[in-house]
Amino acid sequence: MTAADAKEACSDLLAEYAYLIDADRLEVWLDLFADECTYQIVPRENYVRGLPLQLMLCENKNMLRDRVISLRQANIYNIHVDRHLISAIRYRGEDNGVHTVEANYAVFQTNQDGQSRLFSVGRYLDTVVDDDGTFKFKDKLVIADTASVPTLLATPL
Amino acid sequence: MRNEPDYVWPRADFTRIPFGIYHDADVYVQEQFRVFRGPTWSYLCFDVEIPNPGDFKCVYVGDTPVVVNRDQDGALHAFINRCAHRGATVRREEFGNAKDHTCVYHQWCYSLKGELMGVPFRRGVKGKGGMPKDFRVTDHSLHTLRVESFNGVIFASFSDDAPSLVDFLDEPICKHLKRLTHKTVKILGYQRQFIHGNWKLYTDNTRDPNHGGLLHPFQVTFGIARLTHGGGAVLDKRGCHNISMVEGDSDSDEDASKAYEDSGSGAYMADYRLNDASMLATQKEFGDEITLSIMSIFPNVVFQQIGNCLATRQIRCKGVDAFELYWTYYGYEDDDEAMTAHRLRQANMAGPGGLISMEDGEAIEIVHRAIKREADQHSVVEYGGRGEIKTQDTLITEVPMRGFWAYYCQLMGIEANGAAA
Repeated sequence: MTAADAKEACSDLLAEYAYLIDADRLEVWLDLFADECTYQIVPRENYVRGLPLQLMLCENKNMLRDRVISLRQANIYNIHVDRHLISAIRYRGEDNGVHTVEANYAVFQTNQDGQSRLFSVGRYLDTVVDDDGTFKFKDKLVIADTASVPTLLATPL
Repeated sequence: MRNEPDYVWPRADFTRIPFGIYHDADVYVQEQFRVFRGPTWSYLCFDVEIPNPGDFKCVYVGDTPVVVNRDQDGALHAFINRCAHRGATVRREEFGNAKDHTCVYHQWCYSLKGELMGVPFRRGVKGKGGMPKDFRVTDHSLHTLRVESFNGVIFASFSDDAPSLVDFLDEPICKHLKRLTHKTVKILGYQRQFIHGNWKLYTDNTRDPNHGGLLHPFQVTFGIARLTHGGGAVLDKRGCHNISMVEGDSDSDEDASKAYEDSGSGAYMADYRLNDASMLATQKEFGDEITLSIMSIFPNVVFQQIGNCLATRQIRCKGVDAFELYWTYYGYEDDDEAMTAHRLRQANMAGPGGLISMEDGEAIEIVHRAIKREADQHSVVEYGGRGEIKTQDTLITEVPMRGFWAYYCQLMGIEANGAAA
């Protein structure tokens, strides 16, 4: 696979990621992650100061599944629609089958009155692996510039 | 005060709270003076956050920006982050280390004690301009606050009339604060949650252990806190603070399941199981049976222990319609890597994205929206009974909330005379 092909595959993966969250198809969204994966949202203010605390931490795929199940069954949160804008995708290369890709994101939330607000803006620092011909996230790190979470953080960023 | 003709307090025991008190911009301004700058103590931060001489941190007391720092001798000082000259923010960075604080606008320079030390071009140039001859720097220090630290937790007060910190906190709070800070604290990081609601809806929320077993199905289902647990709510002598405590091993899933079913609540979900239950493995580290405690200290902080997830939540007012919760998560200096990882794992349950606590953001906003034009209507606060405000031996109570309002009204000069019962 050429670097250009890998970049395109990573870019497609990010687009699918955005689509599935925004379409509220989180059960399918889980399939974008490799069996061995991590998912973390960290406020930028902690990240730059070297403080480990995250906003969301899934150390493995089961914890990621539990997040989705909890959203569906247990959690009560503001009724909203998400919309991701992902841009400035930087493919950083491949090492031992692990691709590194970075991107900027903005997530807008729209409430039932049709009012939209900027919910979170930040950066993705991801690693991606080829899982039997399909690119999947291995480690997804979301660094949220928006440390001050408006209202609450329910759906993944 | 102006409030009295506007709002009716129909019950002298504060079992009715007028909704107008959460939406009135004039009340909000009064609160900043009478509550946050009144004879109270507000939480600032931990002393390990500013360990060295010159270290500073910018925080808020109510909506007033405050700098807390350590001087060259290690002593703590706090002052309003406002230049005595023209009112600019003196210290713009949130954290740092400094020899002095110099305002960028006209370079007035203050010591770490908040004293004005220098004013550039004070004498003018060649006899022209500058400050008047009788201008004295000693008249223009920063507005300083009283500062006291308890077991490594720093509080400040604007008021000379405030009792000592230990007296203000009172014995049960001091005891529990010592429990939570029984070893040197290590900061793990911060979270912020910007909630579109009045700050007092949050102080209500954390003085209402009853909601915890209903609003938060995650903690009910997994036995973290539910209304079938032993525990209760301990009040101080003024009734303004509260420690809600849960003994997490004091019921069984079967008992809980049946009790919730019998009461008609769907909060216990028997079919819901975690694929990875590692975050539920709480280790008892305080030598007691309390697995969850929510300590609300009047007026601006909550100390949280959810299993081994420890944090403070500082309430920062952002106007009558909003506040920020500023969460400081901590462990202890002697935690090993595994314990730190465990505390971080359990942090999934708290904060703005917490599997348990995210619901509070929604609960506050749906109240704040619905009561906007209901100033003359009241909330009903009767769980735990009417009358005397005292320590509770059950979680199915909201009596601590009435304790908050009793003390708040005392500070605000509001008399709940029950006139319109």
